[in-house]
Amino acid sequence: MNDMRIVERKVGTNEIKISAKDTQVYYGATHAIKDVDIEIEDKTVTAFIGPSGCGKSTFLRCLNRMNDTIDSCRVEGDILLDGEDIYHPKVDPVQLRAKVGMVFQKPNPFPKSIYDNIAYGPRIHGLAKNKAELDEIVEKSLRRGAIWDEVKDRLDAPGTGLSGGQQQRLCIARAIATEPEVLLMDEPCSALDPIATAQVEELIDELCERYSVVIVTHSMQQAARVSQKTAFFHLGNLVEYGDTGQIFTNPKDPRTESYITGRIG
Amino acid sequence: MTDVSIEKAAARKPSSLIAVDERTRRRNNAEKRFRAYGMTAIAIGLLCLVVLFVSIIRSGLPAFTRTVVNVEFTLTTEQFEAAEKELFKTKAYSNLFIESLQGKLNESGLSVAFDAAAIERLLGKVGGTLREFYKANPGELGSAVRFELAASSRVDGYFKGRVNRETLQDSRFLQLSDLDLVDALAKAGIIKQAFNWTFITGADSGVDNPGGAGIGASVVGSFFMMVVVLCLSLPIGVAASIYLEEFAPQNRFTDLIEVNISNLAAVPSIVFGILGLAVFIQFMHLPQSAPLVGGLVLTLMTLPTIIISTRASLKAVPPSIRDAALGVGASKMQAVFHHVLPLAMPGILTGTIIGLAQALGETAPLLLIGMVGFVARGYPDGIVSGFTEANSAMPAQIYTWAARADVSFYEKAWGGIIILLVFLLTMNIIAIILRRRFERRW
Repeated sequence: MNDMRIVERKVGTNEIKISAKDTQVYYGATHAIKDVDIEIEDKTVTAFIGPSGCGKSTFLRCLNRMNDTIDSCRVEGDILLDGEDIYHPKVDPVQLRAKVGMVFQKPNPFPKSIYDNIAYGPRIHGLAKNKAELDEIVEKSLRRGAIWDEVKDRLDAPGTGLSGGQQQRLCIARAIATEPEVLLMDEPCSALDPIATAQVEELIDELCERYSVVIVTHSMQQAARVSQKTAFFHLGNLVEYGDTGQIFTNPKDPRTESYITGRIG
Repeated sequence: MTDVSIEKAAARKPSSLIAVDERTRRRNNAEKRFRAYGMTAIAIGLLCLVVLFVSIIRSGLPAFTRTVVNVEFTLTTEQFEAAEKELFKTKAYSNLFIESLQGKLNESGLSVAFDAAAIERLLGKVGGTLREFYKANPGELGSAVRFELAASSRVDGYFKGRVNRETLQDSRFLQLSDLDLVDALAKAGIIKQAFNWTFITGADSGVDNPGGAGIGASVVGSFFMMVVVLCLSLPIGVAASIYLEEFAPQNRFTDLIEVNISNLAAVPSIVFGILGLAVFIQFMHLPQSAPLVGGLVLTLMTLPTIIISTRASLKAVPPSIRDAALGVGASKMQAVFHHVLPLAMPGILTGTIIGLAQALGETAPLLLIGMVGFVARGYPDGIVSGFTEANSAMPAQIYTWAARADVSFYEKAWGGIIILLVFLLTMNIIAIILRRRFERRW
């Protein structure tokens, strides 16, 4: 907790990208998320912290409707992306997920070439008219994913042959290849070593200039390092949400304080 | 707390690491015994396999050879015209052949007296064969032609040890004196064992002609059946499993389907045969004994196998791949067809080929839909008739031969088993190669 440079960070006055009101999530009979209200800003890194099983990943997966794949999962309340309800019956989750990209906890590149990993999203969304444009998208995404220099000579090599950190950056590059507006990251560094973690964090810093980034993390240091806004979840409730500096230095709720000082969790 | 731990530490006797204590020794012995059991089990299994293969090959190999009389024969145009004027034309040809054969034996310094009846017992109706040949190929008249004439099954048996002088009783099939002629012919190099192509390419023959029986026509029958099975069970099976595994909601109805598929896989194959008989033949009036019906019945049998193996291989694809595909905005179907299915492909192909191999060796349902009859005409004359006309299948043909009285058919049955095993092994090898080729790591 010695890294407290967050206080110097600019506190953005960006517009609201995602706003959730009175959100409830049930897994069968279990009430996993209770009354969550949150407003996530554009071009900002928002960190979700909290003990295991507190619902932060569940809530993250609601934001691009990945929970739809779980039969027993039911979401109530309004989640608005740019003012539009993403759970509106007319919304096609496929279109939503093109706008709200996701990076998972474990690096999960497709067992295909590095090129095809990146090109897959643009291909199915028809973002490139021809091979040259696709090549351009792939290069741009790999550059933004900060992995271009490492893989530019072996784009035909399988993506699964890269190291863990490279794989995760490949997955980030894959997620941004479809030009999303929001990037959700579910503990993207939990399977990585400190060096790869540092690279990914640096990347997140750059990404927030273009996208709204929401990151779930177990490491409070990481949340403090990368985010401008932090939300603390506990037992399915959003306990506290505010500027990262304020959460870590001057939490309002006693539960937040206990958690960041290591007394609960 | 501290008192207890001290007591415990004191309870443990000081011991040397080098001397093995009683408890460890017992544990090690148990492990050794278990390994011995395992090795014994494997050894017994291997021994059974070896015995099986040796007995199949020993009994089946003779089916691949046959005894032939390989002889050069010349017929001049005059002889041809003279023979054609005779009252008993084939007899005239037969006599000319006997003269020629006698001449050949005399050349080799062997003299055996024999008559037309003996030749007929040995070679069947030679005169007829010769006459047909020269009428069809008049151009060959006057030049030497090498004929390969199949010897009768008794003579074949004499060469293969089935028939010997001690046990032979004179009959209209073979007499003791004929064996002298056979020995002489063998010495002159005229009668010998040759590879039996007829067995591989031919059709089944009548009960009185085991030498002419071949498995070829039933291989064709099996092939057409397998085409039907593959074309129906692969798409239906894979589509059903993809739907059940990836799309269907988890509820009581899908649970019921799942249980029933597992049960179907365990239903005895003869039940499928009865079903096929009742539905396809008696109700839908599809042609009896046809590979089409056989294929339909075997499809019913193979489907559960394919569905179960396909679902297992779909389940084995890590969910992270599905997440990844959905995460970049692929639809459910794109995720399945672009990512999950290619990864599950080796498993699906293996399951399919194993299912096909199972169907290829299945006999019981074929008995019920009549694919065991004696099919006099050999090969089907086209693709449509290949599916719809009566034929036999390999295992059914083997069953038919094994049920016949003549011992020479017994040898054919074993030979048929060898061919069936060759096909099964080939299919399994293809399955392994496909799995290796498509296998990807993730």
